[in-house]
Amino acid sequence: MSEPPEIILEVDKLITSFETDRGLIRAVDQVSFSVAEGKTLGIVGESGCGKSVTAMSIVRLLPQPTGKILGGHIYFKGRDLVKASDRELQKIRGGDIGVIFQEPMAALNPLHRIGRQVAEVFLIHKNLSKKDAWHAAKEMLDLVRIPAPEKRMMDYPHHLSGGMRQRVVIAIALACKPSLLIADEPTTALDVTVQAQILDLMDRLQSEIGMSTILITHDLGVIAETCDDVVVMYAGRVVERASAQELFSNPLHAYTRELLHSIPTLDTPSKSVLNTIPGMVAALADHSHGCRFCQRMGRDTVVTRERPLFSEVSPNHWVETCSICYQP
Amino acid sequence: MLSTVSTSSLLSVKNLRVHFPVRTGVMMRQTGAVRAVDGVSLNIAPGETLGLVGESGCGKSTLGKAIVRLLKPTAGSIHFENSNITKSSQHSLRPLRRDFQMIFQDPAESLDPRMSVRSIIEEPFIIHNLGTRGERLKWVNDLLDRVGLPTSSAERYSFEFSGGQRQRIGIARALALKPKLIVCDEPVSALDVSVQSQILNLLVELQRDFGLSYLFIAHDLSVVKHVSDRVAVMYLGKIVELATAVAIYQDPRHVYTKALLSAIPSHDPKVKREKILLEGDVPSPIDPPAGSAFGHRINHPRYEETVGLDLSMKEIAFNHWVAADPCCVSVDDWKKLSGA
Repeated sequence: MSEPPEIILEVDKLITSFETDRGLIRAVDQVSFSVAEGKTLGIVGESGCGKSVTAMSIVRLLPQPTGKILGGHIYFKGRDLVKASDRELQKIRGGDIGVIFQEPMAALNPLHRIGRQVAEVFLIHKNLSKKDAWHAAKEMLDLVRIPAPEKRMMDYPHHLSGGMRQRVVIAIALACKPSLLIADEPTTALDVTVQAQILDLMDRLQSEIGMSTILITHDLGVIAETCDDVVVMYAGRVVERASAQELFSNPLHAYTRELLHSIPTLDTPSKSVLNTIPGMVAALADHSHGCRFCQRMGRDTVVTRERPLFSEVSPNHWVETCSICYQP
Repeated sequence: MLSTVSTSSLLSVKNLRVHFPVRTGVMMRQTGAVRAVDGVSLNIAPGETLGLVGESGCGKSTLGKAIVRLLKPTAGSIHFENSNITKSSQHSLRPLRRDFQMIFQDPAESLDPRMSVRSIIEEPFIIHNLGTRGERLKWVNDLLDRVGLPTSSAERYSFEFSGGQRQRIGIARALALKPKLIVCDEPVSALDVSVQSQILNLLVELQRDFGLSYLFIAHDLSVVKHVSDRVAVMYLGKIVELATAVAIYQDPRHVYTKALLSAIPSHDPKVKREKILLEGDVPSPIDPPAGSAFGHRINHPRYEETVGLDLSMKEIAFNHWVAADPCCVSVDDWKKLSGA
């Protein structure tokens, strides 16, 4: 085998908390994973599992003043971002790490023309002159395949369709040729046909620029289609981590299995009873210390009150080894 | 399309058009129209689910709203059982409304936050003067039980519930008057996968138990395939293909249907499906192309031929209808459709 690819980002036992009326609650509870150079890591889980908070912790875009990183390390190219100053982070965000959010309309300023918003990145991060920045912005819009970029640059965000807006957001995120792109549900608000266009675009740009991607989504289909490695999160913790092929063919945690069986695919017999996961995710403040999927299933035994170990059960396949939920 | 309208239809829609006026200038004179639904014909049999798919802006929600008469059609007709409800006033519609209800995508927005769950579910009974207070209370409890919510939920407010539970409240309310048809507009697209499967199971179960018909509008094609008996594919205000779910998914004839299907992400990382990537966006329904709308989008060489051509659907195989459009079907299919 060839040399393993270099690790560009390593998240180690990250803890992110929010201050609430009910005291400090942990949205992310000791999450660890790594992203290899040029690879795509998918983070999948249901609403409230902490997948977005994990991503936002990396670039420290947590709601202020309530959100805080309370522990762990985030090594980006060897440097610990947890210890980085706000000034340093400002340089990294939009520079070496690009971010795409779900709702492109919320990420764009409705009062400014598209061209100005893309050019701004070059003014801030590359110190280009206004003229050069405008020109660079045009090239970026061309790169994300927006037809007639010069014309579009004079448009306001509301002039564009959802798919076109998301292309503009991608153009902004990729303007400085980042080494890492964090995409939080980039295609959730889009139609399947547009989703296919955007995923195809991200895939092509990734190999052109040679960057790594963290793709956050609740859609297992998108994960299967685009990711090299997958992290499955449940209630603030990683319950399973493996390569995409391994995870889909050999899921070892009960939650991953249940999740995979809940989705109707084109092969599911019509109107058959779909698998459901009983109960719901406990509120953040009520999270058990022990195995949280056991908590959801209403299992409160002595064995499940201790936090299960997260261990590597086969090469590169990590699972939370709860004695009930870990099913080899 | 007319010949498929059998006497057994619960709902039959013919040539329905819903246009919204575009007004400009100080005088607000009408200068154009958004042709949201532009000549749609379909029918739904008792106990059947008709899936309706298409991209955003294709008019599928407008069509759903027009069918339950939350919108006024511009032209065409809607027959529900034996009554023509196309032009009925809201007042004369009221007794008929018991039979057709709607479930919306976002239950957070469609449920009044100032009403308790009991008042939300009880309201349809009050409007229709049904039952005594005590009877209504019992019915509310029965409905809650039916949709899988504890009866203790009755005195709580909708915002106290999660998305999936709210959707159950919306379903309970829609079920209250024992309707025959429910228009479901993206009922699960705002929900997490594990909750989505719960709601889909509930809808399938209710259909079996009460013999309900659904018009199931969604953009997720795997979900639509799961619940539908027949599927209609809509593009820019028109239905371009209509067939049984099996035929649509295994033997699609319209190139737009093929493109939609190929865009569904596969759930197996080892399978890389060949994708038909569509360039560009859906054209504006304010000023639609004169000929084939989809042919125009894909720049088809035969587009010019379609200007002025009758592109309405024809039956290409038993119960399989497709737009007679040379840009969008295979050469062999076109020969059949054009009768050459």
